[in-house]
Amino acid sequence: MATKKHWLEHPATQNFVIPILAVVLSFAVGAVFILIVGQNPFEVYSILFSQTLGTTYGIGQLLFKTTPLIFAGLSVALCFRAGLFNIGAEGQLQIGAFMTALVGMYTLGVPSFIEIPLLVAAGMVGGGLWGFIPGYLKAKTGAHEVINTIMLNFVAAALVSYFVTNIYNVPATVHTPPIAPTGRIPRFDAIFSGFEGSPVNFSLLIALLAALSVWYYVERTRYGYELRVVGLNSKAAEYGGISVSKNIILSMTIGGAIAGLVGTNFVMGYKYYFEEGFSTGTGFMGIAVALLGNNSPFGVVLAALLFGMLEYGGLVINTMVPKELVSILQAIVIIFVISSNKIFRRILVNFLKKRILSVND
Amino acid sequence: MPYAIELINITKRFARTVANDNVTFKVRAGSIHALVGENGAGKTTLMESLYGLYQPDAGGIRIHEREVQIKSPHDSITLGIGMVHQHFMLVPPLTVLENIVLGAEETRNGFLDLKKALKHVSEMAARFSLSVPLDEKIENLGVGIQQRVEILKAIYRKADILVLDEPTAVLTPQECVQLFRILAELREEGKTIVLITHKLNEVMAISDQVSVMRKGKIVGEVETAKTNPQQLAQMMVGRPVLLRVEKGEKKPGNPVLAVNDLSYIDRRGIGVLKSVSLEVASGEILGIAGIEGNGQSQLVECIAGLIRPTSGSITIDGIQIVGLSAREVFARGLAHVPEDRIKRGLVIDMNVRENLILGMHTQPEFSSRLSMKRNAITRNAQLLITKYDIRPMDPDALARGLSGGNQQKVIIARELSRSAQVIVASQPTRGVDIGGIEFIHRTLVEARDAGRAVLLVSADLNEILSLSDRIAVMYGGQIVRVFPDNKVEESELGLYMTGSKGIQDKKAFGS
Repeated sequence: MATKKHWLEHPATQNFVIPILAVVLSFAVGAVFILIVGQNPFEVYSILFSQTLGTTYGIGQLLFKTTPLIFAGLSVALCFRAGLFNIGAEGQLQIGAFMTALVGMYTLGVPSFIEIPLLVAAGMVGGGLWGFIPGYLKAKTGAHEVINTIMLNFVAAALVSYFVTNIYNVPATVHTPPIAPTGRIPRFDAIFSGFEGSPVNFSLLIALLAALSVWYYVERTRYGYELRVVGLNSKAAEYGGISVSKNIILSMTIGGAIAGLVGTNFVMGYKYYFEEGFSTGTGFMGIAVALLGNNSPFGVVLAALLFGMLEYGGLVINTMVPKELVSILQAIVIIFVISSNKIFRRILVNFLKKRILSVND
Repeated sequence: MPYAIELINITKRFARTVANDNVTFKVRAGSIHALVGENGAGKTTLMESLYGLYQPDAGGIRIHEREVQIKSPHDSITLGIGMVHQHFMLVPPLTVLENIVLGAEETRNGFLDLKKALKHVSEMAARFSLSVPLDEKIENLGVGIQQRVEILKAIYRKADILVLDEPTAVLTPQECVQLFRILAELREEGKTIVLITHKLNEVMAISDQVSVMRKGKIVGEVETAKTNPQQLAQMMVGRPVLLRVEKGEKKPGNPVLAVNDLSYIDRRGIGVLKSVSLEVASGEILGIAGIEGNGQSQLVECIAGLIRPTSGSITIDGIQIVGLSAREVFARGLAHVPEDRIKRGLVIDMNVRENLILGMHTQPEFSSRLSMKRNAITRNAQLLITKYDIRPMDPDALARGLSGGNQQKVIIARELSRSAQVIVASQPTRGVDIGGIEFIHRTLVEARDAGRAVLLVSADLNEILSLSDRIAVMYGGQIVRVFPDNKVEESELGLYMTGSKGIQDKKAFGS
């Protein structure tokens, strides 16, 4: 009975190995598309990797793209753990980033050690509010969060668009006036000259801190325990004296707040103002990131790195292959991850079956 | 007599477990063959291999002495094998007739020909004395009738081999008798029947031959006439088993749990509980007998604070608990073993350690404001796993991977370990194997002997009769009779459970 388990038998290892297999396989399929457009996949991939991972600048660009994906991915992942499908990260990050910019432009002259936390908090409050609404509606009326978050994405987009074109804009632009200089988050190149020119900044640390906090909250606190019980079995939650509606509202609000932190990267660390259209679907990418990362904060960080690389890599190989190819590659990765889970697991089980038998014989 | 089924050297492995290990199982045509064994012994896997739901890794199948390949249920149906699953595969809003012909419809010019089907099915029903209302919708029928529909469905598909998986789990004693009569009738007509069960009295009552499985192997095959339940139980478990609960005299103390005039009207406006009153004293087990769906579930949920009664009161030690949340009721000294362990009692995708603190997770023992006390939680798990003999002995094992009996032990361990004065146990041994049942029964009796008040709700009359100090029968949302002891005949209880007796008596009392 007490035979040692094969290392591949542990669910944790499987959760790690399977997405990697899926990614590798999707690159192989991507190669077919590259061949179709008449390029050499090895050449394209080698440029893709060397230009993103091979230079400090490339890494900087990659990390800059990664930061917002971590926030969005964490937001979706946290809600997922509570059994909620948060399609609304996009709207939440719009409102959050806008709030950051808004508070930032009216708080000139506040010292950094107050201003930075203040702007971070503003983003969380904005995003949190945008998560609270569908959470509250779900808990109190049973209205499905998928519909409501999608709808609120439209509302958010229209709302910020209205504000930055009509009320809070610098004339003839679609961006707000700059935030207080004390609210700026320093770039990496202020310290490491190798990152020269890349806007990657210390909001990446906020993202990593957020990942760590989400992990701690979900896995190590009683609130996280309740959230997981609600997500896995709401009837058992009721039975265990856990309020399902409270947890729905709470996790949507926290999820929204995390998405709202995207503004730290763009508003506080890059442009120093809010600009309409600054997010090109980061919130939706967050769904893919959460999925690929298996809804674990650590996985989300890794997945965000991959998608960050693909996003920047798309620009790098733009001259060789159409940029659409990178979108295709991203989509293939997602499709493979979603659909391969079962297939790879079966392959793994068969493999283990043979291995274990041969060991026993 | 020739063999109808021959499963030869069947081996079926899952990743790490061997569900069927070189099993050879033969059934003579025209006989009723019982396949018994504990949960997880491999009975269902074996039969699902026969039915084409699984592909065995090794071994062969012969049907009516002919080598066959069964790759899907479609193949097995073609070969005349029908299976009645534990959970019925019927479509509730369709009529009996529609359900029977579903997937094997008779057509005329491509259109459904229900008239022809009606004729065929009613002939068939008459021939096998399977009376069912063909025009009634499934959702309006009781489980006993639904089961007959399942049997008819199989026969309609020309099955001459019928596999029934735990067919009596949901039936009343009267319905069981009827089912056995039907099975005997089918045998007369030359059908071959395999009965998967772990109820030994049924085996004795109806089967011709018994095969016993344990840990994936057939450990014995005997003629029913030449064996007895004690011997079968020992074969199943691998050690001598106490089939009767050993229980000393009750020493009841003061009433602890009191339910007074409790009524509950559900969302559809149906009165599910109608002024139910009962008392459970410390040191006694009050058993509630009844066919499922007569209000027992709602009574338990009211007591546990999961639903709010429409009127009436529930007190623990004289303190009103109506209106309190589940957590507050827990805190007032209630332990609750819910009837559905998968839906209610466990989070099956969490590990045993975390499941063992569900409902107690906010207690200072297990968590502070900022973090869970992981060491304490693990210690708690190790302690309970040892004390309640939960297998595997691994706090990190997912609840999903445990057998039904061990899942139930996790719940019992958790609920009995909180020092609650009142224990409400709903169907505590449903789907639990003999070894586990023995253990759970002993634990409940120990709790009673330790002076706790136990309210036992069970559809299993054996369980009610052997554990209870007093027995109340529920029918139609009312308590129709309370017996002051457990000296009552099963058939007598059955009459109250089906409403043939009791309601009138009550009216006579002028209520």
